[in-house]
Amino acid sequence: MSTAIQIEGLAKRYVIRHEQARQYTALRDVIADGVRGAGRYLLGRSRKAGLKRTSEDFWALRDISLSIGAGERVGVIGRNGAGKSTLLKVLSRITEPTAGRIVITGRVSSLLEVGTGFHPELTGRENIFLNGAVMGMAKSEIKRKFDEIVAFADVEKFLDTPVKRYSSGMYVRLAFSVAAHLEPEILIVDEVLAVGDMAFQRKCLGKLEEVGSQGRTVLFVSHNMGMISNLCQKGIVLDGGRVTFEGNISEAVLKYYEVANRNTLGSEVEHKSEVAKLLEVELVRNDFGGDITIHDELIVRMKYELTQTGQGQSVPNFHFFASDGSYAFVSNANGPIPREPGVYKADCRIPGGLLNEGAYFVGVALTTFRAQGSYDVEFFDRNALTFNVIDPMDELSNRYGYGGPIPGTVRPSLEWNITRD
Amino acid sequence: MSSDSSHTLVIEAGRTERHYWKDLWRYRELFYFLAWRDILVRYKQTAIGVAWAVLRPLLTMIVFTVVFGKLAKLPSEGAAPYPIMVFAGMLPWQFFASGFSDAGNSVVGNAQMISKTYFPRLIVPSSALIVALVDFGISFGILGCLMIWYGYVPNVHIVILPVFVLIAFAAALGVGLWIAALNVKYRDFRYVIPFIVQFGLYISPVGFSSSIVPEKWRLLYSLNPMVGVIDGFRWAILGGSTTLDWAGFSLSIVLVVVLLITGVMYFRRTEKTFADVI
Repeated sequence: MSTAIQIEGLAKRYVIRHEQARQYTALRDVIADGVRGAGRYLLGRSRKAGLKRTSEDFWALRDISLSIGAGERVGVIGRNGAGKSTLLKVLSRITEPTAGRIVITGRVSSLLEVGTGFHPELTGRENIFLNGAVMGMAKSEIKRKFDEIVAFADVEKFLDTPVKRYSSGMYVRLAFSVAAHLEPEILIVDEVLAVGDMAFQRKCLGKLEEVGSQGRTVLFVSHNMGMISNLCQKGIVLDGGRVTFEGNISEAVLKYYEVANRNTLGSEVEHKSEVAKLLEVELVRNDFGGDITIHDELIVRMKYELTQTGQGQSVPNFHFFASDGSYAFVSNANGPIPREPGVYKADCRIPGGLLNEGAYFVGVALTTFRAQGSYDVEFFDRNALTFNVIDPMDELSNRYGYGGPIPGTVRPSLEWNITRD
Repeated sequence: MSSDSSHTLVIEAGRTERHYWKDLWRYRELFYFLAWRDILVRYKQTAIGVAWAVLRPLLTMIVFTVVFGKLAKLPSEGAAPYPIMVFAGMLPWQFFASGFSDAGNSVVGNAQMISKTYFPRLIVPSSALIVALVDFGISFGILGCLMIWYGYVPNVHIVILPVFVLIAFAAALGVGLWIAALNVKYRDFRYVIPFIVQFGLYISPVGFSSSIVPEKWRLLYSLNPMVGVIDGFRWAILGGSTTLDWAGFSLSIVLVVVLLITGVMYFRRTEKTFADVI
């Protein structure tokens, strides 16, 4: 596989001024500062003390080295301010890097915003040409694809209406439609799909998938982990301007959540007694490899050791947390609970069609329940396991063409029956 | 975009874009489209549209003729009627004034586009000049009508006029580029623009002939590059009835060239940071 994008030691520095709340420098300030400085100089005061610099360097990107193969679909994830947008801006040549080198092989199109260059006074027809030209399309190319663009956006009737009279939905549809008809070898997409109605989002996602399946290289930034796990094979996690993880998209999504949830979950193991010891926790799957889908059955397994005969029933239990750190559910063991000292293996089967897409964190605990409802926590590892679930968007997903997120920490597949009343 | 699929792009810190001029050529269609957009937008939602381009120079010419020609009784150039003399000077001045103002405001005005896409930024101020060029064309038509009205026949000098148009374009672009680049960093250059337009009108020979400036001050007067440009226009349009002060003219032209070259250099040097500070 040839390399499409090769990044070596990339860094980008911004200088931030603290004293000034204003965004730009005004000439009068430069003059005023100069006069102030000269005044101090004349008065014999130290020039340095007077002109204390309050600017600070901010490294939006630090020492980034990456290699992206041709035809790879890569998701870039990270919290706000992690450097995702800066990376895309540098790759798109909008801003210059402070250090480092990038070699891009192939024609690049960047989609950092839909409708760049749209003018509200101009008609839909005029804006298609203008926006196409801004995105780097030739006039002949726009002409050739014009009908397709209009049909995709579904705005035939309003082609000769100024876009300022468009509804926001129509505006976004037209804008995305132009972008969707670019034919680059490398496509760089920032969070632009978070707009428009759900049906259109689905259409756009389909178009992007199509682009990806045609062997083009796609670099995609989004906060929608469901969308990113479905679209990309590879993931890059940025944190504080550095690459903290590079690899399979599911692992990348997990890494991202781990960072995001470090504060809410914590990873310390509570170990109160000498009665029991946690030995091992693992996730067992029937089919190995590939992503875990919402339809898959999973087994979470813990190995623990009882060192002495307990005072009550020592019950293994699993605590499931959703990606935002909230409790999804808790499951206690049932059936015969062992009391004799020894090493035990407790399996908890999670049926397919229960979990929603997204990341889950599993806490592992052993609780000894005694008479009159009192209990002791023998151990509790809140962050023993993490895994990511994706929605394969097939018929079993019951989406009926809808591509957006479905709320809820779980999404059980329940029995339905619709009859004529 | 180009059709070669094996094209490789290298992005490096501090590297002056090697393919800048090639890129500029590749993005020429964007240049046309931006110019086309500015022209469309200018005449959309205006009640009398193109008539503005006719009324403005016509009214200005009438005022100048009355104030300078009739009240102040300033002389025209040679045998040329005063209105034609004024109009021949107003053509380049109006073009320069509206051209460099539009160019100067263009980069900040297209901030959104600049912070979201790549293209050689030089396209923005230069395409902004095209609107002024269209207005110039309209004004030129009015001048034609005036000359027919007065029965004034230009001589062979008129064939050199395109050269002077080019010089006027260079002057507007040079000043426009300087202001456009400075405007990104220091927003108060916005206020400098109307000042130059107003001030320049008085110190340039628009309402009067530069022949009324005493001989010994001529060279100093020509330090204003628009003096050379306007004199050149009058020489080309009014034909044999004027003489061109070649020393002053050359000085003005040299200044125009210096303005253009330094303007392009400064713009090129700062354009990489536009997206960061805009």
